[in-house]
Amino acid sequence: MNATALEKIRAAFPDATCKVVLDSVVIDVQPENLENTLSRLKNEPDFNCGLMVDVTAVDYLQYPQPQNARFYVIYTLRNWEKNILVQVRTPVKDPTAGIPTATHLWGAAKFGEREVYDQYGIHFQGHPDLRRILNHWQFEGHPLRKDYPIEKGQVCLQSDSLEKEIRARLAHRGVDKATMMDINTEVMFLNIGPSHPATHGAIRILTALDGETILANVNEIGYLHRGFEKTAENRTYNQIIPLTDRLNYCSSMINNIAYAKAVESWLGVTITERAQFMRVVLTEFYRVLDHLVCLAAALVDMGGLTNYWYLYNEKEAAYDLISRLTGARLTSSFTRIGGMYRDFYDGWETDLELQLRGIEKGIGDALKLVDTNRIVHDRTQGVCIVSAETALNYGFTGPVLRASGVPFDLRKDAPYYNYESFDFEVPVGTNGDIYDRFMIRFYEMAQSIRIIRQAMKHIPAGPVNVDESQVCLPPKQQVYNNIEGLANHFKLIFEGVKTPPGEWYDSFEAANGELGFHFVSDGSGKPYKLKVRPPCFYIMGGFHKMVEGNMIADAVINLSCINIIGGELDR
Amino acid sequence: MALGLEASLGDTVITTKLDECINWGRQYSLWPFIFGTACCAIEFMSAAASQHDISRFGAEVVRFSPRQADLLLVCGTISYKQAPILKRIYEQMPDPKWVVAMGACASSGGIYDNYCTVQGIDNIIPVDVFISGCPPRPEAVLDALIAIQDQIKGESVRKDRHKDFKGILD
Repeated sequence: MNATALEKIRAAFPDATCKVVLDSVVIDVQPENLENTLSRLKNEPDFNCGLMVDVTAVDYLQYPQPQNARFYVIYTLRNWEKNILVQVRTPVKDPTAGIPTATHLWGAAKFGEREVYDQYGIHFQGHPDLRRILNHWQFEGHPLRKDYPIEKGQVCLQSDSLEKEIRARLAHRGVDKATMMDINTEVMFLNIGPSHPATHGAIRILTALDGETILANVNEIGYLHRGFEKTAENRTYNQIIPLTDRLNYCSSMINNIAYAKAVESWLGVTITERAQFMRVVLTEFYRVLDHLVCLAAALVDMGGLTNYWYLYNEKEAAYDLISRLTGARLTSSFTRIGGMYRDFYDGWETDLELQLRGIEKGIGDALKLVDTNRIVHDRTQGVCIVSAETALNYGFTGPVLRASGVPFDLRKDAPYYNYESFDFEVPVGTNGDIYDRFMIRFYEMAQSIRIIRQAMKHIPAGPVNVDESQVCLPPKQQVYNNIEGLANHFKLIFEGVKTPPGEWYDSFEAANGELGFHFVSDGSGKPYKLKVRPPCFYIMGGFHKMVEGNMIADAVINLSCINIIGGELDR
Repeated sequence: MALGLEASLGDTVITTKLDECINWGRQYSLWPFIFGTACCAIEFMSAAASQHDISRFGAEVVRFSPRQADLLLVCGTISYKQAPILKRIYEQMPDPKWVVAMGACASSGGIYDNYCTVQGIDNIIPVDVFISGCPPRPEAVLDALIAIQDQIKGESVRKDRHKDFKGILD
């Protein structure tokens, strides 16, 4: 964040208080000015915040420093071209009356505000479809409020019918009685999921069909909501790392690294050069693995089972490599605040290079089957197109956004861990159809392998953990042999790494897009609040925009090419 | 097409116990339904892929309709929102049927001891085998499959095993 952005925002909003926190400018506005502020931030060419990254709320009920209101709602916005990150905070005096919605500005607010309503019970005036999203419809209360006990489960006896929602969507799409007469048939409702092979997890897709064409679509998520955010409030910072594994479980280490980076940036800790290079190598390696699973599953959905073996066998072999390094196949928990669990083992470089060659062969074999395959082209090209405007409006990030032609990649636009010095390209699509979303992942894997090779060539020697007793555990030698070491170890384990009080947002380019963490710290060793900005949550929010007007079979392969991972989607 | 065996046996009659004959068949032709919700489903994919190859144990015919399956593999966390669906799927499976709870979440809620996670699927449906691990390795899935096969071997085909089960949704 440069100083000019702050100056510009200060000049534009003289009534609001502005400050810079890490990379973002935080603006405090009153609810009556919220709508105006948001629309100016979006529409004025100086700011042009076309991407609504996230919306969340904070409940200050038990916060040590008194605040003006119990609840605050926070919108996180981004101008991806100029790398401006803005957070707009507004107090909510009465959650039942609520604050005005931002759904007319960004489509992404539809899902985001529903989540805030579900978790905190804050009403958004004018929201077209304000209902629960992660918790079930029979749930009472709002779990992320500080006075909701964490262990209070509520039984759901029956699934929601979604009938009202699909009918409203049909009406919105202009399908009325006259259309019915015209198409001379009845609309057929088809429900896919939540337990269906095509949904790759637990998502429910309800469609209204005319023949095989989708007239309207509504989706229900939240089947894998496992209370990550509430659980994290009761864990120390290092204890949360195993929870982050289980967000996007296809690329667990990216979550570990993104999370550790977010905490370190607030602590002001710069990790060692070697740890930075290790994190780059492992991030890119996991990006490849994530894309491998996505493509393997997607090609199965299209009927190409052979590709599954070519791609998945390499993933399986990579698991062996990873378990040699971390001790676990899937859930690595390999980072610590301030560094890594341990260094690469002797011989890692050779093993990694062998594995990379294997992956390249697998990708080559699979590409040979699909690259010039007429069936693949016919099924994917020009299907489920999403324009760059729609993609940005719905908060898409990562490969799905880039497939629509927007070259936004945090590794290039807001580089961290020396990404600016690596030689790599960001593949960009042209049409935003399923074909682009498929192929972009193939190209990204090649670029990631390029980065890994460069990083392994230049990786410096040295320690992998910072030498700071407030952050990293002391060496075992000291713990067992002197009292200072023992006390230091004890305090870090029991109380956790203490972070200064405050509130910050930090983001990372994960395999699926921008993975962000919004923290509120009260100065203790546990986060007061931790919100994840999962990339595929917002992509799912725009799913209906992709599939309406297309065939039902296209919806299935569209779902697989946007790589929805339940753990990250529902948290 | 005589294999030679029939010819040498002639008109001989072989007697066996009904239980043994039927259970032998059931044991080696389990058709699993994968109720995959989370990370464990990825490890099941590994168990089904080439390296671990679940078809060595006769259970590779993965069904995606509960009506065609007799082994329910619950791979992943079950939330209260998901619970009625799991129960419905279990009820749609024809008898006899067996259930494996794969991983810590399905067995006990795992690390998610909170407001949205069911603390073990045995609160909803009867479970035959639990697999520990978060997530379990593919070998553990194969081990559970063998445990189910052993259990089938010792059962009587006339007994309705879970007639008196009562879960939180019943």
